[in-house]
Order: sequence, then C-alpha cells, then structure tokens
Amino acid sequence: MQGGGSGLEKFREETRAWLLANAPPSMRTPLAPGEEACWGGKKEKRSPDVQRWLDVNVERGFTAPTWPRTYGGGGLSKAEAKVLAEEMSALGLRPPLIGFGLSMIGPLLLQEGAEALRSEHLPPIVRGEIRWCQGYSEPGAGSDLASLQTKAVRDGDVYVLDGSKIWTSYAEKADWMFILVRTDPAAKKQHGITFLLMDMTTPGVTVRPIRLISGASPFCETFLTGVRVPVTNVVGQENQGWALARALLAHERTMIGDVFKERDDTDKLVAAARDHLGDDGGRIADPLVRDRIAALEIDQACLDLTMQRAKDGARAGQKPGHESSIFKLAGTELNQRRRDLHCAILGPQALGWESEPSAAGTAGYGPEELKATRDWLRSRGNTIEGGTSEIQLDIIAKRVLGLPDARGARKDGA
Amino acid sequence: MDLVLNEEQKLLRQAAKDFAHARSPLARARKLRGAGEGYSRDVWKEMAELGWLGLTIDERHGGTGLGHRYLMVVLEELGAKLAPEPIVSTALLGATAIELGGSAELQREHLPAIVKGERIIALAHHERHSRFSLAAIDTTAEASTGTTWTLNGEKLHVADGSIADHFLVSARVVDGVALFLVPASAKGVTVSREERVDGRSAASVRLDRVMVRQEMRLGAGGRGLRLLERVIDAGTAGLAAEMLGSMSAAFAMTLDYLATRVQFGVPIGSFQALQHRAARLYVETELARSAVMHASAMLDGLEGGAPVARAVSVAKAKCSDAFMAIAHEAVQMHGGIGMTDEHDIGLFLKRARVCEMTFGDAAYHRDRFARLSGF
Repeated sequence: MQGGGSGLEKFREETRAWLLANAPPSMRTPLAPGEEACWGGKKEKRSPDVQRWLDVNVERGFTAPTWPRTYGGGGLSKAEAKVLAEEMSALGLRPPLIGFGLSMIGPLLLQEGAEALRSEHLPPIVRGEIRWCQGYSEPGAGSDLASLQTKAVRDGDVYVLDGSKIWTSYAEKADWMFILVRTDPAAKKQHGITFLLMDMTTPGVTVRPIRLISGASPFCETFLTGVRVPVTNVVGQENQGWALARALLAHERTMIGDVFKERDDTDKLVAAARDHLGDDGGRIADPLVRDRIAALEIDQACLDLTMQRAKDGARAGQKPGHESSIFKLAGTELNQRRRDLHCAILGPQALGWESEPSAAGTAGYGPEELKATRDWLRSRGNTIEGGTSEIQLDIIAKRVLGLPDARGARKDGA
Repeated sequence: MDLVLNEEQKLLRQAAKDFAHARSPLARARKLRGAGEGYSRDVWKEMAELGWLGLTIDERHGGTGLGHRYLMVVLEELGAKLAPEPIVSTALLGATAIELGGSAELQREHLPAIVKGERIIALAHHERHSRFSLAAIDTTAEASTGTTWTLNGEKLHVADGSIADHFLVSARVVDGVALFLVPASAKGVTVSREERVDGRSAASVRLDRVMVRQEMRLGAGGRGLRLLERVIDAGTAGLAAEMLGSMSAAFAMTLDYLATRVQFGVPIGSFQALQHRAARLYVETELARSAVMHASAMLDGLEGGAPVARAVSVAKAKCSDAFMAIAHEAVQMHGGIGMTDEHDIGLFLKRARVCEMTFGDAAYHRDRFARLSGF
C-alpha cells in the first residue's frame, strides 16, 4: 500500500467508509465524566458497544496500526497510520484500545525482544486481552531508580523474586507487569539490573492501592514474595536491563510533558475568572488575575511551539537531544501553575472536598469546582512522577550543558 | 509553517556569525559606547553590501524580499556581539512604514536608498507621558495649505535619533493619528543627543512649525494608528531576535565561567545550586527561540492582524523576561568580576534593560496578548 498520494487517498476513502460502517454511534461521543477508555485486560468490564468496537478493530489490525501483521497489527505505513488517525479524529471516534502494552512494552519488544516473547505477548496486547503495568520505582528507589533492590535469584529455569514496587499505575487492573529486578548485587548499580516480564497471577504477588492527597488514584504498591518467573521472560540480556528502562523513561517524559493541557483549558480559566471576578467591558475585571492568565498562556504558547520545533526538527533529520527533559520540566510546572491559578480564581469555592446537592437543588460546591480542587492537589505530583524536576535539571546541566560533576571532571554530553 | 531553518538560512547564519566575529567583536561595542556617532559607517556599508538591509524589502525596490525569517537569523548573530548598527530602526521600522504606507514615489525615493545603506531612519513616537501607549500623542500635524503639513511637538526616547537622516513621526490629525516621514534637515527640527545606560544614543526631537510636503504622510486617513502598530510589530520581532542572540551569548559566557572558575578546589559549575539555575536559564533560551522563530514566520505569512500581533507579543514578553533574568543571573554567577566595568557581562545586563523597555515591556505585552485573545 505504498505509493503516491493517489494510493493514500484511496486508503483514506476506504478507511473512512469502513469506520463509518463499523463504529457504534456511542463510540463517536467523548468519554462521560468518570467513564474510562478501553484499556483491555481480563479484569475489564466492557459495555457491548466498547466490546464490538474493539472486536472490529482487532479484526482489521487497527488497534496497533503500524505493527506487523504477523502479530495481529495492521501492517500500515507511517503515512497510512497518520491518515487513519486523522480520519478517526475527524469522526470524533474513541480509540478502540489504549494502554502500556500498546504504548510501551509492545514497541520495546518489537525493537529488542526475542521472537518467542514477541509471538507470545504481542498478539494478546493487540487483541486487548492482556493489560500491562510498569514495575520500576521502589520504596527505597525513587529518583535514584538504579539503586533498586528487588532481588531475582536464579533457581534452575526460574528467577525467584523478592521485594516490593511502588507507584505501579493500575497494577490492580493489570494482568502482566514489566519489571526491573536486581540479578547481580555485586555489580555497579546500573549493571546488575534485568528487565523481566511477570504474570501478575503468579503466587506471591500482592497488590495494594495507594490513596493520594487528591483521593483515590491508579497508583498501587506491589509486594513480591518468592515469585517464580521463567528465565525465558528476560527482555534483552541478563544484567543489561538498565538501558532498556532508560529508553522507555525518555518516552514517558515526553508524554507527561504533553499530556496535561486540555484543549479548552484557557477558556475554562477565563470563564471562571469572568464568573468569579467580574467582567469589565470584555476584560477580566481583576487586572492581577488577568495578568497571571496571560503570563501562563504566553509560557504555554512558548512550550507548545518548542514541542512543535522539536517535531519539525526531527522531520528535517535533526538528531533528538534531551528535549524530553525540557518538556517534562516545563510542562509539569505549567500544569501546576494552571491548577493553582484556577483555585485562586475560585476563591472559597475551591475549598470543597465532597458536596451533596442541598434541598434547594443547589450544591455548595459544583462538580467543576470539586474537580479543580482535586486537580490542584494531583498536579503537585506532576513534578515528582516520571523523574522529578530536580532530576530533569540534573540531566540538562550535565548532558546538555556539559557542566562538570561534583568530582570536577567535565562531561561531554555523554 | 516549519520551525526549522532551511539550508539557505543556515548558510546565512554562518555568514552572519563569521561577520560578527571578524567585524563586530564585543570590544567594538565597548569602544563605541557613548562615543561619536555610536556606530560604524564602514560596518553599516558592509552590511548593505551583504544584502542584509534589503532582506525584507521587495525586489522592485532593490531588496531580495526573502523575508523576516532571514533577517532574524542575521539579527540574532549581531545581537550576540551587541552590534549597534541601526538595522531594526531603518530596515524594519522605516522600511515597513514606507512599504506599507508610502506613495509609489516615496517608495522609489527611499527604499532603494535603505537597501544601499544610504538612509538611516528613526522612529519618533514616544512622548513625555506616553509610556508604552502608541495613542498617547500630543504632537499635532495641521494641513496648513493644500500641499503641506505643519508639525508641532516634542518626541523623546528616539532610538538612533542622533544619527538619523529621517524621522518617522506620529502626530495627531483631525481624523485620528497619522505618521509622517520628516527629514532631519527640515527647518524647525532640533535634535538633542542623549546617552543611554547601554552606551547607545537616543535623542529628543523638537518639532517647531516643521513643514513637510503632503506625500510625506504615510497611510490613508484614519488608519495611522493601525499602520504604526504593524510597523512596530515588525520592529519588535526584529528586536526580539536580537535579544535572543544577546541572551544566548550572555548565557554561553556564564556557562564558560561556571566550567572554569575554581573555588574550594573545584569548578563552581560542579555545584548543584548553580547547575540547576543554569539549566533553568537554558530552558528559557529554548522557549524564547521558539517564540522568536514563530513571530518572524507569522510576519512572513500572508495574513496580518491579530494572530501576527499575538505572536509578536508572545515573543517580546518572553524575550524581555528571559533576557533580564539571564542577565541578572549572569552577573550573580560571575561574582565580583561581573560587577566590574572591565568585564563584558555587564554590557549585556545594561543592554537587557534597554531592550526590555523598547516597544513595551513584558507586562505591556501580556496586557496586549490578553486583549488580542479576547479577555
């Protein structure tokens, strides 16, 4: 299906016709508040429409459009995948399936995995049968991730795992975990780490959800006691897992920097400001808040343009540097400023935690207001998760600016 | 619109960098401080010969019409060396005003001369109480006979005013605001030179019953303010590119100092307290660069109006804050030597303050951004 524009146009027409014919109407509506996208997995309860939308896409390979057909992917070229995304977006369609299988471990296996691992794990990911989670951080290994201590001791054909993982998003709902474990306690810390795939139903795995300052959260703690994992589940080589983990982390940082801004965030702040502080001939009546909104949106515009510049540069063949650290740092801080400013605009209406409708049918705090308060609390984690801001600053200082480390040696961007 | 330099622009950048290095080292900016005309006629001529003054001027008038993205690349490199030649005043403010508002005859008379480096134009729009407002104008222009205008008033903070041969003067007329091209040699024009904190000159310009010909009025009746705003947007984007070059140079100088200055037996750049501040400053330069590239690309675009003005305000607000922050931090990180006149970092701090206040500071542009965004 290569070829010039006319081939692509034909693909576009066919695709649009197929989407129109196969998408249940409810899949052309945005998610309702509290409703979750389709993440797949054995524990997920799916409505008939969600299931049908998943099934038809699986059949056509559209859940993983660019993956090879051998593993159930669509085998599309990048250009065709872009057309598919454009057509889905134009019709307001929900993605049939999302998750860490499609976005993280799948691409890694395609790049680095042995054939046996690929044919075992990629098809269930594509079909939405298996949901994945990421086991990186530990209670004693946060920013210093490489110091992780979960042990994996070889016993014949298996590793025996002991330790605990924290901040494992959606561990409760996941079927499998990709996990970093220490296989060589004697080696320098980065050199004794192995990247493993672990079935969450293996005896000895227990999961406990974590409640955050903002309330319920997808985060969990995962405890491992004598968990037996086949040695064939190693991705790459034993003791060589750190490089794989780092490659995935950079990917995650760009996503975190980009993920926060919703399209109507500016309008929401402006509307809230008009509502709570008044309007003066089209201007927000409070000049200080108006200035803060403008400052925020100007900085947001600069970051958006910088991300666009990185994309344009990549397309023009420039080698990517450490932009993901800039995006993570700036994007998360902007989101915090936005959430904080929203609370400042709401004033006392930002103080609610729960609210029941009163007898008069009015609530003390509206749902948008309650959400703003929790969004503010949750946003404080943005500069911590996925590598703290301080870690990003370290990366920029050492790897981009080449500043000397504490021992005085000058590093050259390595 | 792509936010990357094309091959031609990369070559131009290298040429500008080489030129700035050879013909305009920082020592020159230092030497020209407060001295004589404050710029070099020879360097100005060379810039004209390189075609830089005609980059945004149409081919009909002797320019190349390559556009703002090309000129920005040059201005950035010149900004890195604090070159004081009046490119923004002449090739952006002056040329844009004449190209958008001048009669065919006026364009033929002045635009080729600008390209050749034979004109220096200075924008005279500030007045004693105007601060950053373009509309706060007391200077008047009256149609005295059918063929002449008579101007009266006083203009302040006229950058490059002491070396200009023509002034772009804003004045109040019956139907609003108008722009006039006034020869410095006209009877009744008095120019007083003042030195600014960055060592460059500005001027106060008194207009005392100055008579100019009818066609020296730029733009149609009642649209003078809009023309002035467009002219200043072009100049502001150019200044922002210059600021980007200056802040990047000040940052590079500071980074070098952090890597070489030894205290407590180690380079001070190994201290995390300084590393993180340096990293933040670097991020600011990257954000500013994107905004500057976007503003110049928007100026090259076909559509005018609010989206262009907004892009310019984003760039100027960002560059004003970023350049000031970097210059302040640069002096701090240099320590005592940064406070001496002998060290070049102070030149950047002084320049940052002047740039910040030129064409509106960050707060002014935030207000403008909010207005253009409908809040």
